[in-house]
Amino acid sequence: MPKRNDIHKILIIGAGPIIISQACEFDYSGTQACKALKEEGFEVVLINSNPATIMTDPETADRVYIEPVTPDTLCKVIKAERPDAVLPTLGGQTALNTAIEAAKTGIFEEYGVELIGASIEAIHKAEDRELFRDAMNKIGLRIPKSGFAHNFAEVEEVAKKIGFPLIVRPSFTLGGTGGGVAYNMEELNRVAKSGLDASLISQIQLEESVLGWKEYELEVMRDHADNVVIICSIENVDAMGVHTGDSITVAPAQTLSDKEYQVLRDASIAIIREIGVDTGGSNVQFAVNPENGDVIVVEMNPRVSRSSALASKATGFPIAKIAAKLAVGYTLDEIPNDITGETMACFEPSIDYCVVKIPRWTFEKFPEAKDVLTTAMKSVGETMAIGRTFKEAFQKGLRSLEIGRAGFGADGRDLLPDSVAGTDLEYHLSTPNSQRLFYIKYALKHNMPITMLYELTHIDPWFLHQMKQLVDMENQIKLAGKNLPKDLLEKAKKYGFSDRQIAHLTHLTEKQVAQERKLLGLVPVYKLVDTCAAEFRAVTPYYYSTYETECEARVSDRKKVIILGGGPNRIGQGIEFDYCCVHASFALKEEGVESIMVNSNPETVSTDYDTSDKLYFEPLTHEDVLHIVEKEKPFGVIVQFGGQTPLNLATGLQKAGVPIIGTSPESIDRAEDRDLFQAMMDKLGLRQPENGIAHSYEEALAVAREIGYPVMVRPSFVLGGRAMKIVYDESDLEAFFELAVQASPDKPVLIDKFLEEAFELDVDAISDGETTVIGGMMEHIEEAGIHSGDSACVLPPYSIDPHHIEEMADAARAIAKELRVKGLMNIQFGIMNDTVYVIEVNPRASRTIPFVSKAIGVPLAKLATQVMLGKTLKELGFTQQVIPPYYCVKEAVMPFDRFENVDPVLGPEMKSTGEVMGIDMDLGAAVAKSQIAAGQKLPETGTVFISVQDKDKEAALPVAKDFHDMGFTIMATRGTAAFLEEHQVPATPVKKVSAGRPHVVDAVKNKEIQLILNTGATSQTQRDGYEIRRAAIKYKIPYATTTDGTRAILSAIKALKKEPLSVKPIQEYHKQNV
Amino acid sequence: MKALLALEDGRTFACRSFTGSGEAGGEAVFNTSMTGYQEILTDPSYYGQMVTMTYPLIGNYGISPEDVESGRVQVAAFIVKEYQDFPSNFRSRGTLADYLIKNHVLGVEDLDTRALTRHIRKSGAMRAVISTSDLNPESLVAKARQVPSMAGSDLVQHVTTKKPYFWKYNQPDYVPVETLSNAFVWRHRGKKHSVVAIDFGIKYNIIRCLENAGCEVLTVPSKTSADVIKALLPDGIFLSNGPGDPEPLTYAVDTIRQLLGSVPVFGICLGMQLLGLAMGGKTLKIKFGHRGANQPVKNLATGKVEITSQNHGFAVDLDSLKDKSSALSHINLNEASLEGISDDTLRAFAVQYHPEASPGPHDAAYLFNQFAKVMTHAKA
Repeated sequence: MPKRNDIHKILIIGAGPIIISQACEFDYSGTQACKALKEEGFEVVLINSNPATIMTDPETADRVYIEPVTPDTLCKVIKAERPDAVLPTLGGQTALNTAIEAAKTGIFEEYGVELIGASIEAIHKAEDRELFRDAMNKIGLRIPKSGFAHNFAEVEEVAKKIGFPLIVRPSFTLGGTGGGVAYNMEELNRVAKSGLDASLISQIQLEESVLGWKEYELEVMRDHADNVVIICSIENVDAMGVHTGDSITVAPAQTLSDKEYQVLRDASIAIIREIGVDTGGSNVQFAVNPENGDVIVVEMNPRVSRSSALASKATGFPIAKIAAKLAVGYTLDEIPNDITGETMACFEPSIDYCVVKIPRWTFEKFPEAKDVLTTAMKSVGETMAIGRTFKEAFQKGLRSLEIGRAGFGADGRDLLPDSVAGTDLEYHLSTPNSQRLFYIKYALKHNMPITMLYELTHIDPWFLHQMKQLVDMENQIKLAGKNLPKDLLEKAKKYGFSDRQIAHLTHLTEKQVAQERKLLGLVPVYKLVDTCAAEFRAVTPYYYSTYETECEARVSDRKKVIILGGGPNRIGQGIEFDYCCVHASFALKEEGVESIMVNSNPETVSTDYDTSDKLYFEPLTHEDVLHIVEKEKPFGVIVQFGGQTPLNLATGLQKAGVPIIGTSPESIDRAEDRDLFQAMMDKLGLRQPENGIAHSYEEALAVAREIGYPVMVRPSFVLGGRAMKIVYDESDLEAFFELAVQASPDKPVLIDKFLEEAFELDVDAISDGETTVIGGMMEHIEEAGIHSGDSACVLPPYSIDPHHIEEMADAARAIAKELRVKGLMNIQFGIMNDTVYVIEVNPRASRTIPFVSKAIGVPLAKLATQVMLGKTLKELGFTQQVIPPYYCVKEAVMPFDRFENVDPVLGPEMKSTGEVMGIDMDLGAAVAKSQIAAGQKLPETGTVFISVQDKDKEAALPVAKDFHDMGFTIMATRGTAAFLEEHQVPATPVKKVSAGRPHVVDAVKNKEIQLILNTGATSQTQRDGYEIRRAAIKYKIPYATTTDGTRAILSAIKALKKEPLSVKPIQEYHKQNV
Repeated sequence: MKALLALEDGRTFACRSFTGSGEAGGEAVFNTSMTGYQEILTDPSYYGQMVTMTYPLIGNYGISPEDVESGRVQVAAFIVKEYQDFPSNFRSRGTLADYLIKNHVLGVEDLDTRALTRHIRKSGAMRAVISTSDLNPESLVAKARQVPSMAGSDLVQHVTTKKPYFWKYNQPDYVPVETLSNAFVWRHRGKKHSVVAIDFGIKYNIIRCLENAGCEVLTVPSKTSADVIKALLPDGIFLSNGPGDPEPLTYAVDTIRQLLGSVPVFGICLGMQLLGLAMGGKTLKIKFGHRGANQPVKNLATGKVEITSQNHGFAVDLDSLKDKSSALSHINLNEASLEGISDDTLRAFAVQYHPEASPGPHDAAYLFNQFAKVMTHAKA
């Protein structure tokens, strides 16, 4: 059946900000869907609050609402746009939940809007565990013994029936927040409580534990003619008990015979039919008993998911695009398979390689959190690798992770044998954690038998054996040493060993190994990902490397440019850089230059097969990139868009003769090197905060005394403000100095004068070497000292003197000229005591480029690419800064609810996973939108709790007064309350946690507090503040940890009280800039 | 052990044996199933063929006695990218290498199977030889050219059963040939449909599927005459799959012609080609065949698509049955080739693909019930 012609306008709900368990895979699927529907002639309307997405580009959809993804916004947009249909299955759990909540208001009936993709009924049937259990029983499938509980009495009763260990799963959450495993009653009480809290409907399921069972996922698609196909099977290396997002996974399934695989296939088909997902993709998860093959259905997601993004990249089959087409009436047999061009989408991909996905964790950012993996997801990103063998893909995946490893160890970073023996080793094997793989390696090095390893890890012996083969190979290489025979070297490369590993094992340099290898003719070939295992000719050039005989890379003689992507998402380096890479690709296409993308992140738009002319799904290491360059011989390589990952490669690549286009690596270094930077500042007559370098504590002490406290102490050569601390006096200096040394051993520690209570601004600029144009200036809402990635900011600035703005613009232009910037540049300024300081210069794409581009309506990354190709800004028609007449607010989204025990206080080390944008003519309303989009529920009445440090009391006073005037009750700890009373602001005193009960946390739990302002130093004496902030997170009460942040919330509440928030598409805002 | 694969067109591929020394010849074909290597190895339709699996890792889940499709390994040789010598599966009773060695079949690995597959796709399935003793490309290519061609040979005689058998305890229960002339041979007459399956190389799972659909299956040698079959008074006749070219099997075509119309007939794969020939159609050799578990087939009656398991190098020429367009029941979605024929007046139908799967999806399993239904109608 062809496309429906009774619908014309479709509203797609996006996923909102990047959070743990809901990352840029939904930008990938959403963008695909928008493109597919526009291609079909539909008018596409989009709601998504995440400015860092390709999805929210004004070109992606006809009307883009960068507004909070909430039922309220959805209703308003429906009223404004009158779409014929809403598609809620491409924006993750957020979109589904938003649609369900909005449906309750009756809006769909009222405006005659149809929900396409999945009905409310189907969503409920899949998501509500009770309904799901009934549905599964109906089709003869087993789900674990389980029971539901809404309170503690029920928890106890159900637990008795099931027995321990058991798994707690909250209904209606994402990423299993609040879930966990309980081995005893005490633990159960704790886990059950957080589960009940996390569930939108205060319901948890207690479930028979199938810990240790094998876990599988199948990606299923169905059309409305009831054709059903399986796109991909995925086997989790980690057994049940670890969230699938935290599991290493492999496609296709490896240890199932056809008979067992068909059982899962039949079950998946029965499930999608029974749940009633009419069109689109779903994900079904199974547990399989390794002893006897018993199958249990774990869960089903009636929407595209992280796994479907992975399955799309693993097979070449674009699930989201096809899902969108199915939603508007097509059937699978009517949609062509883009990859082959000659066959139809109605088939099941066959792959002739092995795909390994490895999660990327950032436990180092949250030292208080335990590095333990459970049913609640904690990873922030992932990397995927393709190889002709598991061993090859596994090692490629490990070296793609950006954790400094060159593969499965053997890189000089393995722990010493005697430090990993005994109970420590067993603990790290039996308790899943982010380092477990490497502990498996250590165990294998100790000759631990596979049977014992299996008992400890429950990882299938097949995988353990593969790992053992790698360790055996490592031993062989080491034994052969410098005289590595060709056969062995070739086998090592087939096993995925990198030159760096071989160099380490043979005591040669990486360069020597590469030279020797190339002399022997051992270079990789590139094979195609073609959905069909070579049965048909493939037209889409999507490649991976391997060591075999036949190379399929079709190298053209066109002018071509390679774009190096950002690798796995992690805190500090996220979707923003992928956004820039994608724009680079768009620009190259426009300029008629062949675009070649290299990246290893399966969640992204950049690794979509039709984003660039060619895609190499490869690790971003010197060796892997150089091979591609040698094959393709590009005109240039772009390193300035993919964040730190490609920048780290720039110098090495340049030395190897690779043409880097845009700002030169020397200039990038010049901005990062302390001395060179100082010299440049002096030359240009610019001021930077006083600073110094210390190689020892004594030196640090001297530097700090010289420049005066407070100082910022940080290690050199680290990312995202890692281990960066503000030190107020000598008593703290020693401890923080030690931390900095630990974070980057053998490297000097940097000490800067901390600009206390300074205004901080981010400035993004673009330059062609001659002309420099300011893209945007963003005033941080929080004062200096909060990492710019975590700080909320406003474009244009709202409280900065015009002459300071002029001064900063002049400085930016001077710096760009001096560094001969060709492309993008980001500068952080601080303003203190009427003086402008240059804090940091980064002559490359910054995290804020997508936000600024959305704010001003100019695609800066695209222009920068054109500049790199030789165009001038004049030729491109961008010579004037755009200062919008409206306010754009960027707010960071924090992952604190994922990590128990972590103090949710902001500081110089970045901790946010994502961002949202609020736009409005009114600053307060824009702030309100950003807060709501970030998940804060701003109260309009009630009680504000205020507890501030002495130094913040003066600043907090007017805020408290305003809240009081707006009718809020003020509650404060004794000291603050006395101070407020003294200044005629009535305040109810409440006890600190340490001062006996009832205390403030009791008040939070009793819902007596609606808003919290709590500033606290990061030192551990601030336990009280910590308890309050954790309680705020748990009970989802909006909180601010800075006075400036509170002031912003105040303005937002004022705006909310004035009038309801409006909605307006970004295209309308941009019209005002002309 | 080093080995070499040589194709008749002169291309050679270096590889290594994982089953010891040996030399084997046959037609080189590829299969795109990602699971089911043991079913493929034992499928009699692969007789005389050297099968390369496009999925690179083979042997992962070992070998299990339940997963056989006939009494022995049928392929001429087995070609994989990376053999897995450490199987892991609760049903596994041994390694693939041991299994092949026991069956005297050569297995090679470390071959660029994707390159081989692409070559076959472009140049067609072709004769080949693998050897561990003769590593000289020229002499091995010459040997490949000596391998008898598939087209024109009757390969069925190598795989058909010598003695008739019933299906009992999930395996053949042989009966003496002389019992065949006796219509009282059936053990469940009246309770189950009595089905004679003519064995051109039948896969066990077809028998299992028929039994599950309420049939009692008596499998008979391929050259069993129409008279003998008629004397058994069957409720239906099943034409099995099998290896090679249907055209030389004139005896089978004659038998089918004589049986058509008397009782319902159901054919699979080679069975469909023979039915097509019996109905006056023509068959042809296709370039590189369909071998895999992901071929989409459209049922023209319902409009629905089935994902099917396939294994054939010959096919019924769609054009040869054009004037009987009502007879076309299924087509291949990828290339509009003929996948099913059906004749209501003759109560005969057949499909080119494998509804019994094994390996592969179960989407087309309904055909066995359809056959049972036709037999029920015929009796009424």
